[in-house]
Amino acid sequence: MEKYAIEGTPKTPTISFDIQGGLLEIKGRSIPENSIEFYKPLVDALDKYSSASQPTTTVNIQLEYFNTSSSKCILDVFKKLEAIHKGGSAVTINWHYEEDDEDMLEAGEDYQAIINIPFKMVQVAE
Amino acid sequence: MIDAFNIYDKMDKNNILLSFKGDITSELLTSILQIMENKMDNMQEEPKTKKKVYNVLVECLQNLYHHMDDATNFNGDKNRSAIFMISKHEGSYNIITGNYILNENIHGLKTRLDEVNSLNKDQLKDYYKSVLNNGEMSLKGGGGLGMIDIARKTGEKLEYDFLEIDNKVSFFTLIIKVTQTQLI
Repeated sequence: MEKYAIEGTPKTPTISFDIQGGLLEIKGRSIPENSIEFYKPLVDALDKYSSASQPTTTVNIQLEYFNTSSSKCILDVFKKLEAIHKGGSAVTINWHYEEDDEDMLEAGEDYQAIINIPFKMVQVAE
Repeated sequence: MIDAFNIYDKMDKNNILLSFKGDITSELLTSILQIMENKMDNMQEEPKTKKKVYNVLVECLQNLYHHMDDATNFNGDKNRSAIFMISKHEGSYNIITGNYILNENIHGLKTRLDEVNSLNKDQLKDYYKSVLNNGEMSLKGGGGLGMIDIARKTGEKLEYDFLEIDNKVSFFTLIIKVTQTQLI
């Protein structure tokens, strides 16, 4: 498996994980009722990736909305990435937020405070 | 005969934009969110306010969705029903939910709501992070973050009421106020 991709829906984000390129992108809305079920395949894919990771791993998160049920799963994803970072792949998380969306910026800062990986806060135009 | 005008008049006087009573399904949530997004677009609502209302709607509706089963088990399908309303006032939106709750569960919920209401902005941020990082993820997902998130994003106290129906159940009402962002 070299690429892992999931099409977005009104309640779930588009996910693309280019394993050879070391690039993970999560974009859109993450408001499913059952987030654990939705995020499990990605967590499993990261588990596999951790044993054969690239020298650098770039993570782009660009969410418009996410619910509290997703927030736990996103933390799980970040914890996997933290382990990958410790395991020798330099991970960077680019947390995108729309101009004026202080709540989304704060959410990124919350993760930054918990997870030991370099975060970049990236402002995007509305 | 049903007095439709009476219901209409009450909704009109309370500035109800949208109201629903019945079983809360996943498809229904998708539709309500879509309708409210369109309504706010048509009213040319500020993006900031739109986002806050949308976020609070998601949490409130998913709370209802995840707790629909709680009151079903003891009294049949009659109670597998909830009410949801959103009203628009001068400078704010109100999101109102109502559902049955077992009397024995009131104490736990009330304690949680009062705890959230007792915290200021910074305390809510710390509380959120600690529950996010240490809290148990329930099978239903939320893990107790919903109310903290709502209080954080709205900056308002959670208004609630428990109306005792009989010795088994009460009706739980939750009112969330979302203040409109002022253009400066």
